Amino acid sequence: MIRLQNIEKVYRTDTIETLALNSVSLDIAKGEFLSIMGPSGCGKSTLLNIMGLLDAPSKGEIRIDDQKTEGMNDKQLAAFRNKKLGFIFQSYHLINDLQVLDNVELPLLYRDTTAKQRRELAAEALEKVGLANRLKHFPTQLSGGQRQRVAIARAIVGRPEIILADEPTGNLDSAMGNEIMDILINLNRNDGTTIVMVTHDENMAHKTHRLVRLFDGAQVL
Amino acid sequence: MLKNYFKIAIAVFKRNKFFTFISLFGISFTLTILLVLTAFVDKVLNDNYPDKKRDRLLYINRLEQRSKDGMMSGTMSYYYLSHFTGKMKTPVKVAISSMFNGTNTYVNNKKIALNYKYTNAEYWDVLDFDFVEGKGFNKQQVDHADRVAIISEDIKKQYFGDVGPVVGKYIEADNVNYRVLGVVKSVPVTDYMFYSDIYLPYTISKGGDYKSKGYSGGYMGVLLANSASDVPKMHEEYEALVKRIPPERKDYTQIHSHANTFLYAFLDTGNDGKSGVMIVVTAISIFVFIFTLLPTLNLVNINITRIMERSSEIGVRKAFGASSKTLVYQFIVENLILTILGGILGTVLAGIVLYAINHADLIANLELTINFTVLFIGVLLCVVFGFVSGVYPAWRMSKLNVVTALKAQ
Repeated sequence: MIRLQNIEKVYRTDTIETLALNSVSLDIAKGEFLSIMGPSGCGKSTLLNIMGLLDAPSKGEIRIDDQKTEGMNDKQLAAFRNKKLGFIFQSYHLINDLQVLDNVELPLLYRDTTAKQRRELAAEALEKVGLANRLKHFPTQLSGGQRQRVAIARAIVGRPEIILADEPTGNLDSAMGNEIMDILINLNRNDGTTIVMVTHDENMAHKTHRLVRLFDGAQVL
Repeated sequence: MLKNYFKIAIAVFKRNKFFTFISLFGISFTLTILLVLTAFVDKVLNDNYPDKKRDRLLYINRLEQRSKDGMMSGTMSYYYLSHFTGKMKTPVKVAISSMFNGTNTYVNNKKIALNYKYTNAEYWDVLDFDFVEGKGFNKQQVDHADRVAIISEDIKKQYFGDVGPVVGKYIEADNVNYRVLGVVKSVPVTDYMFYSDIYLPYTISKGGDYKSKGYSGGYMGVLLANSASDVPKMHEEYEALVKRIPPERKDYTQIHSHANTFLYAFLDTGNDGKSGVMIVVTAISIFVFIFTLLPTLNLVNINITRIMERSSEIGVRKAFGASSKTLVYQFIVENLILTILGGILGTVLAGIVLYAINHADLIANLELTINFTVLFIGVLLCVVFGFVSGVYPAWRMSKLNVVTALKAQ
């Protein structure tokens, strides 16, 4: 489903060159639930961003669903992300000015859908994460766990084949974290969604199919 | 999608109340000034009362005579106009009138300042004054030097009060009594070529200045062509005529005078080397440009700050499939909503200001209104504002790297 080959990422400033990722190669199968672990600053999020086409590698090749992503322009990348990928962020990144339902609808705005279809699909996604009764709430009226569930609903509303989650339980207590983890496991199990999750939590990582460890930008496991 | 943009725009406006206020104030204040200004310019240049047949008219209001040592420029004499334009074949009629002059009159010990103007009889045929009562004077009355007058509706009210018809009554000015022949709808003072409170036959002018054989004087003329298609011919004929006119004095070597369309005549500076139209148009353009540039730059600055605060949203939208172009579109739509709100506010404010100007009676007989032209200019300015002040910040933000945008929260 996702194939990374010899991925390198170098950050350059006027005086320093930092190697964030050093020749990382990874194959992730369809329906797999993979977790990435490693100490802070080892390149986990950078790798996830590159996988999600949010950032470009300095070297190497990315193939998603057997499609080479190199050379895609801004519009093509946007359409590709919209169709294939869903994102969950540690700090949720919800738009506080919009109601929960409008937040969840967001990926569908960039597709050819009617307002009615968007409403229905967003309500369905929220029901899936157990927030059917919070449609008209604003994110600031919700708890951390509820916000992350809204973020999951937003990630799955467009029915992407891949979900990339960057420390989805990082800001939550263990009970809330487990709830979120259960939702992700169910998505993977029931819908066959491929999930790549960056985490610091060994317990959460052990609930996934496979664990990849990074250290100083290199894959060590 | 538009509904979503609208929702978020309103939410952002509510959240950043101070920025919203500054933006709305900048837009509405600028628009108010521009709308009042355009209402004034529109009134002065486009209100074709009483010269309703403008497509058939040419205006002669300036004569320039040059010698080696200098030049003399100004309006012309009655003799110049009647004698020379009388030789022309294309005009079917020529209206001649003096510039307006001021005097005082007294009613019940109350002083009334009024302006008078001398005209020929054809003046009332060439121009289409709206007569509230009575009619203009005829050639016979002019030739007989009858002391008759056409008065404006405004002076009727001031002099006679709220009474019925005044035709046949007498109005006194400069210790002379004139019999009122007609009452016309008032002309604003800004239309200096036709404005007056009292119109009198030129044959009763003080000192008989119309008898002078000099070229310079206090008169101007309006030529009426048979049809609009004859106007260029009439223009050419006058140009050719001026070239043949002998100099008034030996030391004058050149004579310049033109029969112009209304706009050119209105803006003519009298200097043949420099077009008054170009000077005025350039001055207005520079003024409008500077006046709109400042709030636009202010809005650009505010918008950059406002959009910067939303970098997380930009990151999320990009991550979930918004292209840079889509984001530019969204921010422009948001900005247009803001500027249209400012435009509505500006239009309302302009309406209030115009109402105040009209009722303060600052300029005689001037009734300014927001007409469709002015409203159209206002709407156009709003769109230009919204677009110009939104494009650059939107473009800059849309180019923001997704990862950087998400980290900026």
